[in-house]
Amino acid sequence: MAIFIDLLLNALVVGILLGGFYAALSIGLAITFGLLDVVNIAHPTILILGAFVAFVLNSQVGIDPILAGLIATPFFYGFGWLIYQLYYNSFEKSGETDSLRGLAFFFGLLFIIEVGLIIQFGVDHRLVEAPYIGESANIVLGEEIDVAIPYRLLVAFVVATIATLAIRAYLTKTFFGRAVRAVAQDMMALRLMGVDPIKVKRIAFAMGVATAGIGGALMIIVLPIEPSVGRLYIGNVFAIVVLGGLGSISGTLVAAIIIGVAESLVSTFFGPSWAPAVSFGILLLVLAVRPEGLFGKTAGGH
Amino acid sequence: MTRLFNKKMRGLVFSAFVAAAFVLSAPFATTAEAGSHAKKPIKVGFSMALTGALAGGGQQALLGIELWAEDVNKNGGLLGRPVELVYYDDQTNPKNVPGIYSKLLDVDKVDLIVSGYGTNLAAPAMPIAIEREMAFMGLFAMDINAKWKYEKYFSILPAGPKPAEGFSQFWFDAVKKFNPKTIAVIAADAEFAQNLKKGAVANAKAAGYEIVYEENYNPKTPDFTPIVRAANAKKPDLIYIASYPNGSTGLVRALAEVGTEAKAVGGGMVGLQFAGIMAGLGPMLNGILNYDFFVPEPTMNLYPGASELIARYQAKVKAENLKVDALGYYLVPFSYANVDILGQAVNAVGSLDQDAIAEYIHKTAFKTVVGDVKFGANGEWEQSRTLVVQYQGITNNDLDQFAKAGTRKIMLPADIKTGDVDTFNAYRK
Amino acid sequence: MRYLFEIVCLLLLVLAFVATQVIGNQFVFFVGFVILQYVVMATAWNILGGYAGYVNFGSAGFLAVGAYTSVALINFLGVGLVEQFVFGGIIAGLLGLGTGYLTLRLRGVYFAIATLALAIILETIVAHWGYVGGAAGTSILPARKPELLGVLVVDRKAGVFANYKEFLFFLMAGVAIGSVWVARWIERSKLGRGLNAIKDSEEAAECMGVPTLRLKLIATTISGAMMGVAGAPLASYLTFIDPLSAFNLEYAVNAIAMPMIGGTVSWVGPVIGAVLLGGAQQWASLFISSELNLLIVGVLLVIFVIIAPGGIVGWFKKSR
Repeated sequence: MAIFIDLLLNALVVGILLGGFYAALSIGLAITFGLLDVVNIAHPTILILGAFVAFVLNSQVGIDPILAGLIATPFFYGFGWLIYQLYYNSFEKSGETDSLRGLAFFFGLLFIIEVGLIIQFGVDHRLVEAPYIGESANIVLGEEIDVAIPYRLLVAFVVATIATLAIRAYLTKTFFGRAVRAVAQDMMALRLMGVDPIKVKRIAFAMGVATAGIGGALMIIVLPIEPSVGRLYIGNVFAIVVLGGLGSISGTLVAAIIIGVAESLVSTFFGPSWAPAVSFGILLLVLAVRPEGLFGKTAGGH
Repeated sequence: MTRLFNKKMRGLVFSAFVAAAFVLSAPFATTAEAGSHAKKPIKVGFSMALTGALAGGGQQALLGIELWAEDVNKNGGLLGRPVELVYYDDQTNPKNVPGIYSKLLDVDKVDLIVSGYGTNLAAPAMPIAIEREMAFMGLFAMDINAKWKYEKYFSILPAGPKPAEGFSQFWFDAVKKFNPKTIAVIAADAEFAQNLKKGAVANAKAAGYEIVYEENYNPKTPDFTPIVRAANAKKPDLIYIASYPNGSTGLVRALAEVGTEAKAVGGGMVGLQFAGIMAGLGPMLNGILNYDFFVPEPTMNLYPGASELIARYQAKVKAENLKVDALGYYLVPFSYANVDILGQAVNAVGSLDQDAIAEYIHKTAFKTVVGDVKFGANGEWEQSRTLVVQYQGITNNDLDQFAKAGTRKIMLPADIKTGDVDTFNAYRK
Repeated sequence: MRYLFEIVCLLLLVLAFVATQVIGNQFVFFVGFVILQYVVMATAWNILGGYAGYVNFGSAGFLAVGAYTSVALINFLGVGLVEQFVFGGIIAGLLGLGTGYLTLRLRGVYFAIATLALAIILETIVAHWGYVGGAAGTSILPARKPELLGVLVVDRKAGVFANYKEFLFFLMAGVAIGSVWVARWIERSKLGRGLNAIKDSEEAAECMGVPTLRLKLIATTISGAMMGVAGAPLASYLTFIDPLSAFNLEYAVNAIAMPMIGGTVSWVGPVIGAVLLGGAQQWASLFISSELNLLIVGVLLVIFVIIAPGGIVGWFKKSR
């Protein structure tokens, strides 16, 4: 029995830590898809790009991966800015609501980035080195029951939570942040208030992509990364955003933890190979039962 | 929507078809030259893992084959003709293999084929070899002929006649001194690991151990700590692992993070023999009891001739500043022998007749850089010659310590051992 | 002439057969098979995506279902190719039907993500199914001298086809031509008009009395079944199959890119897209490198989606 509790506790702890980490990955998508209704299916791949940037900076220059992520963030912001320009000029400007083309656009982008990474880096798994990787803290709770907290997960969790809370504060407290949330609901009203909605959308999208800089760095801290890993995370990330409810950042955090814990429990008790099916399965379930997610507004207009 | 069936559209579709057909058939239009056969090179074709999980081995294997080609051409080639290597990167992806061998045989028109490195990459080529009735040499492929019983297949793997059991036999011998009762078995869900696992399970049962944990993991698993924890929960005395480089590194890291009470850990972990991986893992390897084929221990005389070849290899890597495994212990002598045997057979038979070549290889005891090789049933070696080594005394991530004796002491076979088996934790602080 | 299209179809089939007798190089058929398979996939995808506007990201899932149904049948009963086609189509069709039911409330992008989720879940299940090889995969050696109704089909000297690849090529040609015929038939029928109405505005269509649910289910079933049929011979063609190759995202991308590049409005687009894009990829993998395949697809997809939304067909239409 003690063994079971031990396993359970460890799975829960890892799950929560993992959940925080997943939140950092999904927050960018929560903004671009949740708030702006732009289906950036390339988001996970951009995360991988961020991971590789962190890898390069870490292995060539020896910078701590988190620092590398922070350095990369403004570049990703610019990258996101450019992508949105292209996207907007090609699709939204003409007023076409054919989401098929937008989807295809990001799909193509996904492939260009992924293949570009493969050509540049090959298909080998890459890791970063940092003092907190490979160590864990051991908390003894009782006979035979001890919980190990791997530092790499702890670090990712802490950074992710900080980022999430910061973004949430920005979106709720600042004028611009609230403009971002408004732009999805009522563009006309925003215009009437003298704010250019296109500019707002562009900056918001760029912000979403910017999170990929730090998110990617966290990814490669937590596990070895190779270019095609992004695809596995598509489901994960979308599941979290949808489960949390489009338009709700705190919902994203909660959903991320739910999925993190679910995956961890399945991993421990059924084997880690079932883990990817968990997030996708939850996604399907949510879509079938309550498409607006936990905290989202009731469906309509999507 | 519907008014597109005018002549213009249909003409376009048809011309697209024709154009595509032309474009695609153009390269194949260059059919056989009727010129004289003298000095026309003999092409040896294969796929090789130059990128991907097994690249650490594939690249050194390729260099071994290139060294062979150099030597052969210096001695007049095969049948008086120069040898030319034709190869493609299979990216450690089994899916690419059938296409590559199709290309080799139909487009490049190679005369001889050998396999790439590793079970997973050699197995998919078997049906093509069988279909074209070609002799096929398998490099480090675990028991891939058991299913087909193809009479023209030959394996270069010193695991012996029953490769799956022979591979792990010594490991199980080595751990007897701990008087173990229980064992956990962890294996990648991939051909090699599964074949190896069957052998390990058979050995475990024969020794009377209870299998308290058995888990197949998806090769793409990123985090192995759940598996190690789950295994530890059953308190096994032994942990046998059959893994490929990703899993091997992941499990070593997980073990470093989580720890274990098991007395012996390791067994069939591929990748821990690659220079880059050894250097990367460093002290995390201490205590692991694993298989190996060639280590720089003073008693290593199982393969006379290998040391010189390895020295040549290392010199070449250094001189040309090549980005490959700096040590070359694991694969170079064997990949050399792989093609060498084929070459010897071709010269002895005097032609490229695949049936005659196969027959010759079956009945001959070859002298190769890895010693005497005689093939038995199913094309496997008649004798097992794997080592069991224990990693120890590794202090940092420098590569040099692995080029010297002492970091991988030989436990078995007994006549060349340089150390005694101790528990996993004895070597970990 | 009323049946001009059908006559051209038959002619092409004959042409395919003649090609197998005349061309000696097996590699041509190896490549040809891939392109024909993509014709089927693109056409199948377009029925749901182009006509009805529902984007399927999980095309690889249906293809793999067809492939693995074949593997299971081969292991279990040792059936021949024709049966594999039939069953692969049936099972994948059922899957399509089920997918339709599950996603009946979803619109637009949710449907797309749901299909992707389905594909990954299927892949995980198959990877655990040891009977068909699990994650390790399994090798298939096609029957050395298969017979059909007493006629020796494949044999180096005496068979109708000299080797298995030619046989597969011919069968696939038949399937490809058949699928294009089906697509064209749908396009010109009430079903096609209904699907188009759904694409333009599902709510309006419903208001007008179009049985949207039923039509969507028919479309997903047919589309899924076709993909399953395309996947059925995959194991025999590759002689090796594992979840990575069967569920490869390449299929999903190409199934989308080919119709989008060729043109989604009619049956012509997917065919053009498949031939040109597929041909370009095979050529690139032969002469340049295999990674460039996907790079080409990605770049072309993005370019076409931006510049030529109607695909090649649309571009031609405009320039008339």
